[in-house]
Amino acid sequence: MQTPNRLQPFYENLVFEKDDNRMIINFGPQHPSAHGQLRLILELDGEQVVKAVPDIGYLHRGMEKMAENMIYNEFLPTTDRMDYIAATSNNYGFALAVERLLGIEKEVPRRAKVIRTMLLELNRIISHLFWLATHALDVGAMSVFLYCFREREFAMDLMEDYCGARLTHAAVRIGGVPLDLPDGWLNQLLHFINKMPDNIADYEGLLDQNRIWKMRLEQVGNLTPEDALDWGCSGPTLRGSGIAYDIRKEEPYEIYDELEFKVPVADTNDSYGRYKLYMAEMRESLKIIRQCIHLYKDTEPQLMADVPQYISAPKERIMTENYSLMQHFVLVTQGMRPPVGEVYVPTESPKGELGFFIRSEGDPYPYRLKVRAPSFWHTSLLQHMLPGHYLADVVTIIGNLNIVFGEIDR
Amino acid sequence: MRRYVNRKNVQAKSYHTDRFHQRPQTPKFDPASDEVFAKDLKSLESKFEIKDAYIEVNQLVVIIDPKDNVAVLTHLRDKCDYTFLSEMSAIDYLAEDGEFEIFYQLLAMKKRKRMRVKCRIKEKQAIETIYDVYKSSDWAEREMYDMFGVIVNNHPYMKRILMPEDWEGHPLLKTYPLQGDEAAQWYEIDKIFGKEYRDVVGPEERDTKRIDPKDTKHFARIGHEVPYGAKPVSKPDEVYEDFQEEDGVFLITRFTKKNQKILNERK
Repeated sequence: MQTPNRLQPFYENLVFEKDDNRMIINFGPQHPSAHGQLRLILELDGEQVVKAVPDIGYLHRGMEKMAENMIYNEFLPTTDRMDYIAATSNNYGFALAVERLLGIEKEVPRRAKVIRTMLLELNRIISHLFWLATHALDVGAMSVFLYCFREREFAMDLMEDYCGARLTHAAVRIGGVPLDLPDGWLNQLLHFINKMPDNIADYEGLLDQNRIWKMRLEQVGNLTPEDALDWGCSGPTLRGSGIAYDIRKEEPYEIYDELEFKVPVADTNDSYGRYKLYMAEMRESLKIIRQCIHLYKDTEPQLMADVPQYISAPKERIMTENYSLMQHFVLVTQGMRPPVGEVYVPTESPKGELGFFIRSEGDPYPYRLKVRAPSFWHTSLLQHMLPGHYLADVVTIIGNLNIVFGEIDR
Repeated sequence: MRRYVNRKNVQAKSYHTDRFHQRPQTPKFDPASDEVFAKDLKSLESKFEIKDAYIEVNQLVVIIDPKDNVAVLTHLRDKCDYTFLSEMSAIDYLAEDGEFEIFYQLLAMKKRKRMRVKCRIKEKQAIETIYDVYKSSDWAEREMYDMFGVIVNNHPYMKRILMPEDWEGHPLLKTYPLQGDEAAQWYEIDKIFGKEYRDVVGPEERDTKRIDPKDTKHFARIGHEVPYGAKPVSKPDEVYEDFQEEDGVFLITRFTKKNQKILNERK
């Protein structure tokens, strides 16, 4: 134990036991590279990590409990606060789960589907840019951070033009989308996706052959395919280990089965491979958005599913038809009553497999709602991945796993 | 007459119930209708006791005995390619029949199929860990214990994960109120100041719509508050528009509203 005096003050963050040369370091919860409120208890032998115990829960807000006490439509904006880097993917995951529970997935109008896909991919780009920016900043590349945020700002402005919010979008509704695209939005989007490939090339120019970047990332954070499966990894972390499983491709939802895109895979199993993968994924997202812009032009203007039992009629019908107004009143004040049953719906969020499990007893409130947040499972991987690495690599690995604490603690 | 409150389930209830409302069910299909699922089920049935099996929303649901959970999941992983545990947790049915339902959500990537294994345990009954089958269940089981108090046997590190270590109660139980029980409401006060300070600090204000008329601090027009009920000052004398030095600072010219330009398009 420490015996503090004037020359040797008490280090509250450090316990140093001399006899076996092991040091226990408390990393976080207020560490800038922890990407949120992650507390890591690291046992070090020299500079090498021997044991890592992640401690989470500092951002726990009890979202699953809140969901049980809210009607389905009420909970939708709350999902924004989970993965706040790409809020629309949460909104969409929840909306799709409820749609499958209601059995109205096929009723969602075509235009809504196209808009949703566009927003999802735009969110993927926003999320990946944010990941690259903060990851590069952690490793020491400040300029990449600034470049990425410049483009991210453009994408966020597009989101703002569409739904009015930059971070907490709530841009999707159960059964469709609330708004059509504003005038000139598609041109702006096209402008963005035309510019973006050059920007990605800029980032790659800064990083790909950068000696420091390569030394910090290559052969750091190795993850074998067996371990990736065993520890429940999904999304880019799984595909970075050579397993080409993308839910958009394998279990297509929305209009992904009509779109042409590749599923990038990296088989180097290390952080550098995952970095290349993220870059390739952004390019694929741009490709998807470009196809969606063409698809948008020949769609009917309907935006919400026409299922009066569960979803309110459009505003003009509510204002003119008595029965629609009554139904709208019941749906707003009491909420929809879905069938009794349960459903688990996975979607491919930018971070990985985002799943919503809903158990319904036929009441307007879900009996149980469980969110499968990809970051939660990736954080549990840290205790397996960190031992054997040097202390400096801890930050690289945390940054590389792309974890967001809003969805870990929920 | 006082309104009846079911203390065993304090979840929000709909204030209006239609006596004649028939609750629809999600359609359930026979597992034999899907080739892959039929095969999986057959290989399971040959070894284990299957209480029920059906297909719901394109996923096979199998209900098993809780004692078999490790053996069934090992069989599914090794023989039926369900190599990935997507999710596992519990559902609280204590108010209805004194049981928890545990579910394991699995994915077979080769077959692109998902299935759910479910079992029911009694209130104080423990369940065996599946850590040896899927490592990822480590945190999921801890979360289940934290939220429901379901004890998992032989887990490597059975501790709370989201709630603090000294927390009382398990938040996702249906008996646990949304705003927390007494211990939860005073948790921070008790810990920081001690129990005797509960009266001094007072309960937490949870009504977001509440307005304190004497509060002049948290008001929309900061610096221009008026007493409660008085007319708001329409044009405050000083409005700070800019916060920069008159001549600007080194390398930065002074921003004025007159000189600002709004671009029609991004550069």
